[in-house]
Amino acid sequence: MQEVMKKRASELLADGTVVRVLGWKNGEFAYDPTPAVFQTVESLEAFVYNDFCASNLSKYLIKFLRQEGKTLVFLKPCDSYSFNQLLTEHRVIRENVYIIGVPCDGKVAEDKLREKGAEGILGIETEGDQIKVKTLYGDLDLNKKECLGERCLSCKSHQVVVFDEMLGENGEENPDCGRFDMVEKLEAMTPEQRFEFWRGELSKCIRCNACRNICPACSCEKCVFDNPASGISQKAAADSFEENMFHIIRAFHVAGRCTDCGECSRVCPQHILLHLLNRKFIKEMNECYGEYQAGAEAGSRAPLVNFTMDDCEPSIIYTKEAGK
Amino acid sequence: MQVNNEFRPKIVAFCCNWCSYAGADLAGTNRANYPADVKIIRVPCSCRVNPMFILRAFQRGADGVILCGCHPGDCHYTTGNYYARRRMTMLFSMLSYLGIEKGRTRVEWVSAAEGAKFAATMNEFVETITALGENKRLEDLRCKK
Repeated sequence: MQEVMKKRASELLADGTVVRVLGWKNGEFAYDPTPAVFQTVESLEAFVYNDFCASNLSKYLIKFLRQEGKTLVFLKPCDSYSFNQLLTEHRVIRENVYIIGVPCDGKVAEDKLREKGAEGILGIETEGDQIKVKTLYGDLDLNKKECLGERCLSCKSHQVVVFDEMLGENGEENPDCGRFDMVEKLEAMTPEQRFEFWRGELSKCIRCNACRNICPACSCEKCVFDNPASGISQKAAADSFEENMFHIIRAFHVAGRCTDCGECSRVCPQHILLHLLNRKFIKEMNECYGEYQAGAEAGSRAPLVNFTMDDCEPSIIYTKEAGK
Repeated sequence: MQVNNEFRPKIVAFCCNWCSYAGADLAGTNRANYPADVKIIRVPCSCRVNPMFILRAFQRGADGVILCGCHPGDCHYTTGNYYARRRMTMLFSMLSYLGIEKGRTRVEWVSAAEGAKFAATMNEFVETITALGENKRLEDLRCKK
């Protein structure tokens, strides 16, 4: 796949269709490819695409909003939803972007590999369901399914929803992905258990802001958390309240706009299950205001910027879960 | 708050300027009784209330927060309370998801003519919160005296 992508990128760069290519290059380690911009055909030498290339490129397009020329970007299914969402919010201009859709059947998480005993990872090769992880201490043959990142285990859609051209076969939506299973499990707990669970999760937070910085929906130029007067300071939380507050507000700010790409949980250095907060909002909105998938369609109106005359009253939350 | 070894809840009520605040006024002029534990904050519209306001109230020691606005359809700004309604539904569901006791937050629609309803709502809400006890799960120890 990497070579096909590289070839197509150099063609488009050479014939002047695009002036820059947004892709990935190797980062500090082989398992953390970082988003990179390539402006010449020669520089594309460094272009990589493998099963570690999990990062969502759509947010990086905002930077090119005010720059001249077209940008070529490779979007995986998750990323294409985010792109549509950014389009809805006028954060990117469709005409300035040339999208090549790439199919995706899940990305590998480095910590899962470590659990399987991979140390000193040097590279990865994929063949169907099998991956070959090259390490300092020899090669490791593993089953890809067992090494997928958390979010890929409950992938909502393998379909690239917006593209100019598609490399390979486009996938399909996956409505039976079971992405709300864990949310339902939590809902079935007593409030005391839930409180304990979330205290355990959120107290791990070191306020590095990685979840906010990576989130394609968190694209404000000035963030409420950067305002020293907001009462939420840029440092490790001094009190459990701050942890709760940060995470409630973070999830709230993307409620209805979150495409459930799972980047927040992927980048969390503390492995907090942040997507469970976002998914709760998605699930609740689906139940209260009808099914809605952010980013499935550009220009759609999110539930929280919309209303109907006969919406349910907030007290429904208390009666709905009364039995639990 | 403990007064003479008895728990008295601190309640923050966000009231919209056009209906509920006037309703509270009417409750006063009608001499309808409601506990002094309720502190009213006037907002231009119920949809002015950002989820952060409610969290902040809890942080600063509130035991219960209630939002009062015009009845749906009667908003002074036509549609404000419809948005507030959705927003608050989501906030309440998130608070409950995080394990915060149900009933600490509430939304009630009170018109300017409903002084009696305002007093009744507040009496009832204070009772609920007194039964729930002190807000422990959403407190900020630094804000405690």
